Amino acid sequence: MNQPWATWLGDRRLSGDSGVFISVLFAATVLVVLGNLLIPESSTLHVSTYTVTLFGKYLCYALLALSVDIIWGYCGILSLGHGAFFALGGYAMGMYLMRQIGGRGVYGNPVLPDFMVFLGWEELPWYWLGMDNFLIAALMVLLVPGLLAYVFGWLAFRSRVTGVYLSIMTQALTYALMLSFFRNEMGFGGNNGLTDFKEILGFDIQSDGTRITLFVATALFLGIAYCVSRYLMNSRFGRITVSIRDAEARTRFLGYQSESYKLWLFVYSAVLAGIAGALYVPQVGIINPGEFEPLNSIEIVIWVAVGGRGTLYGAVVGAVLVNYAKTRFTALMPEGWIFMLGALFVLVTILLPKGLAGLLKDFQHRRGGPRVGREIEAGSG
Amino acid sequence: MNSLTTGARIRSVSAEQKPDVSHNVLLYVEDLTVSFDGFKALNKLNLYINDGELRCLIGANGAGKTTLMDVITGKTACDSGSVYFGQTVNLLKHSEPEIQRLGIGRKFQKPTVFEALTVFENLELSLHCNKSVWYSLRAAISGEQQDLIAKTLEIIGLKDSRSSLAGSLSHGQKQWLEIGMLLVSEPRLLLIDEPVAGMTAEESERTAELLTSLAGDHTVVVVEHDMEFVRSIARTVSVLHQGSLLAEGSMDKVQSNPEVIEVYLGDESV
Repeated sequence: MNQPWATWLGDRRLSGDSGVFISVLFAATVLVVLGNLLIPESSTLHVSTYTVTLFGKYLCYALLALSVDIIWGYCGILSLGHGAFFALGGYAMGMYLMRQIGGRGVYGNPVLPDFMVFLGWEELPWYWLGMDNFLIAALMVLLVPGLLAYVFGWLAFRSRVTGVYLSIMTQALTYALMLSFFRNEMGFGGNNGLTDFKEILGFDIQSDGTRITLFVATALFLGIAYCVSRYLMNSRFGRITVSIRDAEARTRFLGYQSESYKLWLFVYSAVLAGIAGALYVPQVGIINPGEFEPLNSIEIVIWVAVGGRGTLYGAVVGAVLVNYAKTRFTALMPEGWIFMLGALFVLVTILLPKGLAGLLKDFQHRRGGPRVGREIEAGSG
Repeated sequence: MNSLTTGARIRSVSAEQKPDVSHNVLLYVEDLTVSFDGFKALNKLNLYINDGELRCLIGANGAGKTTLMDVITGKTACDSGSVYFGQTVNLLKHSEPEIQRLGIGRKFQKPTVFEALTVFENLELSLHCNKSVWYSLRAAISGEQQDLIAKTLEIIGLKDSRSSLAGSLSHGQKQWLEIGMLLVSEPRLLLIDEPVAGMTAEESERTAELLTSLAGDHTVVVVEHDMEFVRSIARTVSVLHQGSLLAEGSMDKVQSNPEVIEVYLGDESV
C-alpha cells in the first residue's frame, strides 16, 4: 500500500475497459444535462426534466444490475432477492426524506410523519430516531443492506447452500420482507410506503436543478462503482472469485476459505444495491413494499442476462436497454410487458447465452479488433 | 516492502505448524473407518507414510483409495479412527483449506483446473502464500514467486502456454498443469489420484520421472490403476482391499503375495 499514487492509478487492475466506460458515461451525462439546460424547450433536441429523471432511474437500475452481475456473473451466486437490498437502501433514504417534511405534512405534526399521526402513534419508533440527519441516513443506506447480506450470507455460505437452493432462499428473503413491510405495525407506512417528499438537503426535490443534480450524482456513483468493481475483479480476489464460480471444491483445496470470499462479495454487492435504491427513491418520489416483490428481483437477473454476464458493462447496457424498452412498451400495452419480459428471457437464453456483450466479443473476434475488457467467460448454468 | 514483511510472517506461521516427524513418519492413519449407509468404504485401515517416501496405493474399484484421500484432505468425515500429520497435528480437526495450508496438496482424479483463467493465473492462485480475502485484494506477485512459476512452467512443459486459457489445454496438459499447481504450493505431502489417466505413453513416462524426482524433498502418495506405471515408480506399494490394508512392500513382494493375486491382480498381471 506504500505504492505512490501514480503507479496505483496506472495499475492494470484499474484500467481495462474502465476508461472507455467512464468516457461513454461521462459523454452521455453531459449531453443529457446540456440538452436540458441549453437547448430551448421549443427545439426537438430539448431533453425535458422528465426525461432526465427517467434516465436517472435507468442509471439506478444499471447500478443495481452491476451489483447482481458481480455475484452472479463472477461468482455464480444467482440471487433472486437483490431487490430486497435495493428496497432497504431506498427505505433508509425515504425515512430521511420523510423526516425532512417536518411540519409541512397534511397533519402538520413537526416530528411524526403523516402515516404515524394517522395511526394514532404518540412518538417516533426508535429506529426512526436520527434519520433526520443525512449522514446517519446515508450510513444506514450502506449498513442495513450490508448487515442483512452479512447475516444471510454467513448462514447460507457456511452451511454450503449453493445453486438453486440458495436462489430460492434469496427469493424467500425478499418475499418475507415484502410481507413485513406491508404491515402498518412495522412503522414504514404499510402498503402506501413513504412518499410526498418535499426537500433533500434543503433543496426542493421537485425543482429542475435538484433533479439534474440527482441524475448527475447517480451517474457519478455508477462510475465509481464500476471502477471499484473492475479493480476488484482484476485483482487476485477477482480471480479467486471466478475460481469459486467454476470449481468451488477445488478452490478450497488450494487453501482458500471460499465461504469468506463469497460472503464479502455478497456484502459488497448488497451495499451497491442499497446505494442504487437510495438514489432511486428521491428521483421517483416514492418507496413502497412493492419494491420487495420477487418479480422485481427476477427482472434484474433478466437485465444482466440480456446484457451479458461477467462483463460489468454488459449489466449496465442490459439494464438501460431493457428498461427503455419497458418504458416504451408499457406506454402501448401495459398488461403485455410481463409476457414480453418472459419471451425476452427465453430468447436470450437460447439465442444469446452470453448476452449482448458476447455478441460484441464475437463480432470483434471476427474483425480481429481489440477486445473490450478482459475476458472472463461465464461458465454454464 | 509490505509484501516482504507479510511473506516473512506467513513463513513463521507455517514454521510453527510444521509437522513433527521425529519418528520419521509423516502421516499416521490408524483404525480408520468410514461408512456410507452401512457400507464400509474404509474398515479399520492402518497406514503409515514415511517422511520423503514415494508410496503407491493400489486396489480394485471400491477398495477405498479415494475415500482415504477424502478423509485426509478433510472432505469426508470419518466414523472412527485417527489421522495425524506428523506427531502432533490431528487432521480430523481441520477443514479443507486449513489442511491445504498445513502443507497437504491434492491432485484429483479428474483434472480440475480453472478453465476461465490462464495457465499463469492458475499457478498464481496455487502459490503458497496468504489466502485471506484482504490480502488477495491487493496481492502482487514477488520476484521470487515469478521465478518459481517460471521454473514450474518449465518443469510441466507449458512455458509457451502461460497466457492461454487453461480451458484450451489438452487433457494431458491439464493433468500437468494440475501437478504444476501442486508444485508451486510447496506442499510437504502430495496426494496424487490417478496422474496418468488419459495420458499418452510418452506423457506417462515424463510423469513418472517427475514424481520420482519429487520424492525426498516431498512425500508423495500416488493412487494409480496402471500397473505398468506403478512398477516404474514404486518403491513401496500398499494394497487396499475392501477398506483395509491387504499387503504392503516392494512391488515384487506384493505381486507374489497369494492373497493379492487372488483379490486384485488376477492371473493376467503375474
